[in-house]
Amino acid sequence: MESPRYPDRYDLRKRRSQWVAFALFRVFSLFIAFVLFAILGFIIYKGVGVISWDFLTEPPTDGMTSGGIFPAIVGTLLLMLGSAIVAFPVGIMSGIYMNEYASRGWLVRFIRLMTNNLSGVPSIVFGLFGMALFVKYLGFGDSILAGSLTLGLLSLPLVIRTTEEALKDIPSSYREGSLALGATKLQTIWKVILPMGMPRIITGLILSLGRVSGETAPILFTCAAYFFPQLPSSIFDQCMALPYHLYVISTSGTDIEAQQPIAYGTALVLIAIILVVNLLAGGMRRYFENRLKTK
Amino acid sequence: MRKLFEKIVQWVLTGSGFVTSIVILLIIGFLFTEGAGLFRGRVIEEGYVLALNKENPVSRLTAEQIKGVFDEDIANWKEVGGPDLPIETFRLEDVDRYFSEEELGPQYERAGEAIVGWVEEHPGAIAFVPRVMIPEEADLHYIEDRTISPAEVFAGAEWFPTATPAPLFGMLPLLAGTLWVSLFAILFALPFGLSVAIYMSEVASERMRSILKPVIELLNGIPSVVYGFFGLIVIVPLLQQGFDLPVGESGLAGSIVLAIMALPTMITVAEDAMRSCPRSLREASLALGATRWQTIYRVVIPASMSGITSGVVLGIGRAVGETMAVLMVTGNAAVIPTSILEPLRTIPATIAAELGEAPAGGSHYQALFLLGVILFFITLVINMSVEYISSKNK
Repeated sequence: MESPRYPDRYDLRKRRSQWVAFALFRVFSLFIAFVLFAILGFIIYKGVGVISWDFLTEPPTDGMTSGGIFPAIVGTLLLMLGSAIVAFPVGIMSGIYMNEYASRGWLVRFIRLMTNNLSGVPSIVFGLFGMALFVKYLGFGDSILAGSLTLGLLSLPLVIRTTEEALKDIPSSYREGSLALGATKLQTIWKVILPMGMPRIITGLILSLGRVSGETAPILFTCAAYFFPQLPSSIFDQCMALPYHLYVISTSGTDIEAQQPIAYGTALVLIAIILVVNLLAGGMRRYFENRLKTK
Repeated sequence: MRKLFEKIVQWVLTGSGFVTSIVILLIIGFLFTEGAGLFRGRVIEEGYVLALNKENPVSRLTAEQIKGVFDEDIANWKEVGGPDLPIETFRLEDVDRYFSEEELGPQYERAGEAIVGWVEEHPGAIAFVPRVMIPEEADLHYIEDRTISPAEVFAGAEWFPTATPAPLFGMLPLLAGTLWVSLFAILFALPFGLSVAIYMSEVASERMRSILKPVIELLNGIPSVVYGFFGLIVIVPLLQQGFDLPVGESGLAGSIVLAIMALPTMITVAEDAMRSCPRSLREASLALGATRWQTIYRVVIPASMSGITSGVVLGIGRAVGETMAVLMVTGNAAVIPTSILEPLRTIPATIAAELGEAPAGGSHYQALFLLGVILFFITLVINMSVEYISSKNK
């Protein structure tokens, strides 16, 4: 190797500053990973002893200082289902419209701008809006219906965006091939585009369900009940929900000390839902990617 | 037939394309109608009057002055532009202390007359009583009842929505609290966010990246109420001991939790921007003899600046709108913060904490919707600026 043209000291300084910078980045990144594992580890460590079959299947008792969280689990699952019924069909149709029908131009830009804006609206504003529109104006009262509608609107932008992005990546040759065979536009979408985009759309839908399961602010005034031990019997009933339950028992109540184990357990169940959702979505993504590759 | 069906489907799809726009319009509509009602509300509680002795020339008091008078912070009429007279306040709750049972009558039917008599005898009196209790022929002088003015709300420094006789809706403390917490959150998050973004896009091996990526996604997925819980159980006590505070719930606790929550957005957007920086730029820089680090901070970062800025701004947006975590760890004192170590209260936390107790349709309820309008517009501005920044780049 030839001797370097720069003086050795300059070269050394350059390398040293690179070493320092990269080391710093690595330390910061590891620290962030550490923070995540600290949060997860702490809640799992404290919560795992609380989890038992009874905890998962019994209603709270003794002023919520003992018993389980069954109604809250059911409530959260109902709200996830309800919001899916609200958001998925409309969101997927909206995504299809944006990618397949709308002509490129100011209209699409406008719709996309609105969708982005909606996704930036804070969840508490959704809560206010849901209260004003569904609870008061339409007269649904505090109910699963009002909560599902509010959460559905909240997850709408996410559903639209994933659908749009999934469809965008499908090469236009598939559309042209189908159209050239004499299929109509609708047939092309139904038989070619949607099946191809489905894996990624479903991944996005699962992630949006995960987001819905943890939202508290939108259901504060539209659905969540402080204490409602029996299971809801209709969509006009209130229901308990895991995130709201965690908020309530960790900040208020008759005996905060005695409630703490329940809070850990609730937090763990919430985190477990998120973990399952993330793993499911990740697994699906990998599975479909591999299948596409082997084809 | 087939064609008609296609047409119908197309119409349905077109309709659903506009659903987000419709939702935004509905949000604006509903929040505005409720929020704007505040300015039609009265300063003094509805159905009540503030009665003065007829010799007293004072007829206008601001809501803050009324509160000062009844809290006995203002003790003399000359402080509010009246004669030099000590103020004597009277609330309906005090009625038994001022008058004997005979004076009031067994069913309180003579209470009105008794109060009027008391006010007529005391030149410095101010009485807060229901309008219906005052007999029509009473010769008293009343504080003018005005509608709540925007200046009192947007420039008011005191938030006492449940104070009687005149609630105060000054939003400055909440606005300041929100900005204060978000500012510190971003200051904490910025070095970490940028470092991780640079590390993941430029430095890390593929293996390291495949570990960090899910970590960031999980951080993004954890519900805010879990962050709040973790903050309450772990961070708050740590801060209390570490800084020797009377209460650990403080702006600092809020900003630390918010910083963690704003990180994933920041990292993802900034990393995407840096990864999409063209390879040719990097190669040109390296070919000129620059080290990888020099290439990063002289070429990659400037080239992807708009994306990085978008990430940071979106992170701010997330911090400003965050509700539950902040509600749980900041202590919720509605005062203009002087130090980050004190409890403070943000706009979203105020809405979440108070809407349940505010009677629907009342001034307090409307004030909370007005806060929602403000929050909506703050995030709208943030989103628009992100759009602007990223469109400028193309």
